Amino acid sequence: MKKLPLYLTVGVLVVVGLAFILYKVMVLGFPLRPEGESSVWTVQARFTVDGHTRPVKAILQILSSPPGFTVLDENFVSRGFGLTIVEEAGAREAQWAIRRAAGRQTFYYQAVVTPELIGARGPSAPTGLDNERLEEPYATAAEAVVAQVRAQSADVSTFTAELLRHLNDPEPDENTALFLAAGRSLGQRVEIAVSLLETGGISARAAYGLYLEEGERHAQFSPVLEVWDGDSWLWFSPETGEEGLPENVLIWWDGDKPLIDVVGGSNPEVEISTWRNTVDALQLAERRADARQSRIMDLSLLRLPLQIQAVYQILLLVPIGAFIMVLLRNVIGVKTFGTFMPVLVALAFRETRLVAGLVLFVLVVALGVGLRFLLDRLRLLLVPRLAAVLILVVLCLLTVSILSHQLGLETGLSVALFPLVILTIAIERMSIVWEEVGPAEAIQQGLGTLAVAALAYLIMSLSHVEYLVFVFPEILLLLLAAVLLLGRYSGYRLLEFVRFRALGADDA
Amino acid sequence: MLEVRRRLRERGVLGINRRNSAYVRLWNPRRLYPLVDDKLRTKELAIASGMPVPELYAVVTAQHDVRGLRKALADREQFVVKPAHGSGGNGILIIIGRRGELYLKSSGAVMDWAELDHHISNALSGLYSLGGQRDRVLVEYFVQSEPELEKISYRGVPDIRLIVYRGFPAMAMIRLPTHLSDGKANLHLGAVGVGIDLSQGVTLQGVQGTEVVVLHPDTGNCLEGLEIPHWDQILKLAAECFDMTGLGYLGVDLVIDQKHGPLILELNARPGLAIQIANGTGLHSRLELIDEHADTSDSLEERIAFARQHFAA
Repeated sequence: MKKLPLYLTVGVLVVVGLAFILYKVMVLGFPLRPEGESSVWTVQARFTVDGHTRPVKAILQILSSPPGFTVLDENFVSRGFGLTIVEEAGAREAQWAIRRAAGRQTFYYQAVVTPELIGARGPSAPTGLDNERLEEPYATAAEAVVAQVRAQSADVSTFTAELLRHLNDPEPDENTALFLAAGRSLGQRVEIAVSLLETGGISARAAYGLYLEEGERHAQFSPVLEVWDGDSWLWFSPETGEEGLPENVLIWWDGDKPLIDVVGGSNPEVEISTWRNTVDALQLAERRADARQSRIMDLSLLRLPLQIQAVYQILLLVPIGAFIMVLLRNVIGVKTFGTFMPVLVALAFRETRLVAGLVLFVLVVALGVGLRFLLDRLRLLLVPRLAAVLILVVLCLLTVSILSHQLGLETGLSVALFPLVILTIAIERMSIVWEEVGPAEAIQQGLGTLAVAALAYLIMSLSHVEYLVFVFPEILLLLLAAVLLLGRYSGYRLLEFVRFRALGADDA
Repeated sequence: MLEVRRRLRERGVLGINRRNSAYVRLWNPRRLYPLVDDKLRTKELAIASGMPVPELYAVVTAQHDVRGLRKALADREQFVVKPAHGSGGNGILIIIGRRGELYLKSSGAVMDWAELDHHISNALSGLYSLGGQRDRVLVEYFVQSEPELEKISYRGVPDIRLIVYRGFPAMAMIRLPTHLSDGKANLHLGAVGVGIDLSQGVTLQGVQGTEVVVLHPDTGNCLEGLEIPHWDQILKLAAECFDMTGLGYLGVDLVIDQKHGPLILELNARPGLAIQIANGTGLHSRLELIDEHADTSDSLEERIAFARQHFAA
């Protein structure tokens, strides 16, 4: 009676099931409730350039795994230009080229992004330091600034913060002032910071972030200082020196390349717009999984043809019904006809709705049992008798449908949706129990069957339940674990308290 | 609710789940089931082991045997028709007399040959067997009730059920047919179960359904304090059934015939739990006692002595 293998199996099932579910919910953002919606951002660059009947090549820096975001979709639009996407050292650029272009040319780059949930993959590690030596007197000044900043800091993060404080000082010391003399715009300060950091042996680069705002037509980039601390990238606002990237900032590109570059054209202009769209949360999760190239979607039901999906939508509910069945039979002790008939009846209720289903089921079974007793007098052998009952059931269904139609009760028509065989077996079982054990037992078992079927139906028809098992079929692993545990349940059944009440009485 | 549960536990009442998981599954290997599920095989096994059983008149294995059966039964006034795989008394037909071509059922109803034929055909086609598979039908001697027991039964013959655990008789009851049960000794049909003191073979309280009864509902005779005849032999036969089948958790059904004494009627690998109500005590504590204290290598006599010593009322 060792229970260890059982507990191990159950443990494995629970862990695997939960792991899948948690991964889908936490990482891929599968919604736990149906009809969930979430928002995604669309960013668009509209890039125009004048052509002069010469070859034109237009280059645009585009998104490359921006930290904190997943790129779900990208679109490139141009008229007649050939498109090449070049990826190099963690940067991506789109190159549109044509042999002859005359007049104003327009290119569109559009990307749909969504905030990453967990497990953000930032940009890749830096390739190495730029060993470009600064000219004098900058080299000496840089050494001095770096030495001073290093003395006042402990690690990469505090070093950078201190350096930015120096650069942002309205009255900088003379070494710093030397760098700022050329200009102290935000972009220039970031450039200075990058070269000073590299002098200090720290990889750094400028990055250009976009504040995502609804309906923004002329979005501006804000430069951000990107610093490698040996393990991961850190972001600093050059303005305040604060570390960290605000949630709504999308890093568009980084490095020292300009956003746009044109060969053979003139008057280039770029206009950035951002807007928000609402999408179905489930679809979003799927797209996110795709963007992450997660293999999990290969195993998803959502990838099956629609008609197969419809079948599984019902099929996946059967285990729920079976689980309820196990609970009611082994823990409560309800008696039913057959082991799984209630589940089948519950499935039939899905077609007819509960009340109509119950009424029609009772009606047809009662009629059938009555006719079955009449048939019994003819002394038929088992198989022909079953066939006869089957035929009678069809006739009963037909009668009920026609009568209810005549009476204007359209729900009665749905009786035809009851699976014939279920009705036939129910009638046969009921008459046998009736004959062998007595009407009381037959009615008790019949009521038990209906009660279990009704309960199973009510639970199976919750749209939330249906949704959950469909989107997270891993729930079946949890159900399996529960059923395995119940399979070793050796305690009393609830109704045994009633059965053995003579033994459980106070005075016994 | 918890209070009831606690009391049931205290009194060692065995529930279905525990019976199945801790006893039936553990002690009754699946491969031995056919020995007891098929009444014909049980009978053949018992005969081979020299155990007393009701005499077998005929076996019907196919529809065309039914015609021959009519001839075989031509001079039998009384007989019992049983499907080999019937469970819980389903499909058992008792004929207690004949009037020419009419057969008198134990319930008092009358049936003709065509009806009997139909009944047998149904049984053959598996109507009464658990899985609905084709079945065989036994026709056997109709046991004549011991006059002593006649007083507390209605029409049919009472039978004695013993639970034998690993060769030790653990609990016993006698099942008395009632008007409600149509003269059959099956509790769920409405027969009365009466517990038996294992050491003395004396009846205790009765139970019908789940209710305790003191008097037989039809004859009005007191159920308690009745001495079961041939008790020694009954205990011995029951315990021997374990050696015969190898089933560790076994229900043994016996009848006491006026002429032949105790006869083994059938065996059950999943005996019911109502016996506990009839005895007013739990079975679980007795099974645990056997597990803990009994030496299962004991001889038949030692096992019976153990049961008699420990399982008095």
